[in-house]
Amino acid sequence: MTEHITLTVNGVAHEVDVDLRWTLVDVLRLVLRQTGTHVGCEHGVCGTCTVLVDGLPARACLILAGQADGHEIETVEGLGTAEHPHPLQAAFSRHRALQCGFCTPGFLMLAAGLLREEPRPDPARIRDVVASNLCRCTAYDGIIAAIEDAAGSAGAGHPRDLG
Amino acid sequence: MKPPPLRYLRAHDPEEAVELLAEYGDEAKVIAGGQSLVPLLNFRLARPSVLVDIGAVTPWATLVSGDRSLELGALTTHLRIERAGGTEPFRGLEVLPRTASLIGHLPIRSRGTIGGSLAHGDPAAEWCILAVLLDAEATLCSGRGERRVPLTRLLQGFFTTTIAPDEVLTAVTFPRTGAAASLVEHAPRHGDFALVAAAAAAEPADGVCRRPRIVLGGVGPTPVRVPDAEDVLAGRALTPDVVAAAAAAAAAAVDPPSDAHASSAHRRRLVATLVTRALTHVGGRAREGRAA
Ligand SMILES: Cc1cc2nc3c(=O)[nH]c(=O)nc-3n(C[C@H](O)[C@H](O)[C@H](O)COP(=O)(O)OP(=O)(O)OC[C@H]3O[C@@H](n4cnc5c(N)ncnc54)[C@H](O)[C@@H]3O)c2cc1C
Ligand code: FES
Ligand code: FES
Repeated sequence: MTEHITLTVNGVAHEVDVDLRWTLVDVLRLVLRQTGTHVGCEHGVCGTCTVLVDGLPARACLILAGQADGHEIETVEGLGTAEHPHPLQAAFSRHRALQCGFCTPGFLMLAAGLLREEPRPDPARIRDVVASNLCRCTAYDGIIAAIEDAAGSAGAGHPRDLG
Repeated sequence: MKPPPLRYLRAHDPEEAVELLAEYGDEAKVIAGGQSLVPLLNFRLARPSVLVDIGAVTPWATLVSGDRSLELGALTTHLRIERAGGTEPFRGLEVLPRTASLIGHLPIRSRGTIGGSLAHGDPAAEWCILAVLLDAEATLCSGRGERRVPLTRLLQGFFTTTIAPDEVLTAVTFPRTGAAASLVEHAPRHGDFALVAAAAAAEPADGVCRRPRIVLGGVGPTPVRVPDAEDVLAGRALTPDVVAAAAAAAAAAVDPPSDAHASSAHRRRLVATLVTRALTHVGGRAREGRAA
């Protein structure tokens, strides 16, 4: 059942015709061709598909296209660029918080959502929140250090050009 | 995998939701936060031919705080309850925000709803356990009218409730009893569903326990009360000896299942440990004169 929906992705409104049973992560990747958001388990467990929906971290594999209609989505494409990395991206690089990088978009968006609401989380709080996402290259210490480090920078919870 | 072909219909207000369910009830499923249903759809373990999305029915997302009870709209998210800790409506029901933080993870709590959790009926779900512990009632609505059902009667078995196909759960009401309450659980990994959870409540009166309640999750097809353990507590102070006796009675009263996650014997030992912790917590809160 194809229908017309409006998705605002990183501030840009997209009018798309999609089957409403599709998940948001499939709409992002297969319809909008924005493949920064990764997809792994498709049942909410791995977290690599984490995006912000109306400012809050959410699993893009557990939201149907129909549910996303009319909402504001933020993905890793909106955070920063290779030339102008976002403070979180720079900190992930500095702290070697990734190896293969498959999990990284999810961790970045999770962290951006956390820092937007709680600009100065302590390491225990960061540890608690990142437990939601899986990294199979065991880079958790680096991930926690990177988020703690970025938490000091201005605009760490916001896309770079807005921060 | 991907959800099976289905018709996705959106309700914009309560009337429309009820009408859609009256029309499609038998073949339809309600979708609220989708945090339990979408995984089932993605794996095609659920194959409804119609989905009725109630996410935009704002009257079902309201919170009504009264002197005698707190009514939470079905669409209230886990995260909203977690963040309401310390606010006036949750005074005396602080166990709700405290426990919300145990449900899954932040990105799950931002979408999942209390109504969805109760309607899903997982026997280890924190809201199902607390709703039984605190004598909560669900409000169910259909074209045939509205009815209120205690959670003990709503929850019938593993993922089985008495909600009729044309009914929707619109709210859950927690009475303000003044009881001190606590829920503790053991999950092998942070954020997972609990292997076993224990919840306890008691109304403090002159240093002794009135109306003690103990409810366990993860030991059978629904959250269960354990009268044998409650009897040990009635009219007595929550001293370490009494707590230990009640914990032993609770462990003896249950016959938990063995499965891939844990053996029956392991679950039984968890019951004893967790009941001890929950009661110790309740005793502490009661001594400080703090409810729930
Ligand atoms: C990784 C992960 C970890 C999780 N961990 C936990 C945990 O530790 N503890 C826990 O309790 N839960 C956990 N959950 C489940 C989560 O709490 C869900 O939010 C909740 O079980 C269902 O709420 P929902 O709003 O998402 O419902 P949905 O997924 O939308 O619906 C679930 C079921 O309830 C029905 N339904 C929903 N709302 C209504 C209504 N108002 N009236 C009638 N029927 C309705 C639907 O038809 C469906 O059958 C976890 C989920 C994930 C993905
Ligand atoms: S793909 Fe969404 S959580 Fe794994
Ligand atoms: S960097 Fe490889 S999974 Fe995290």
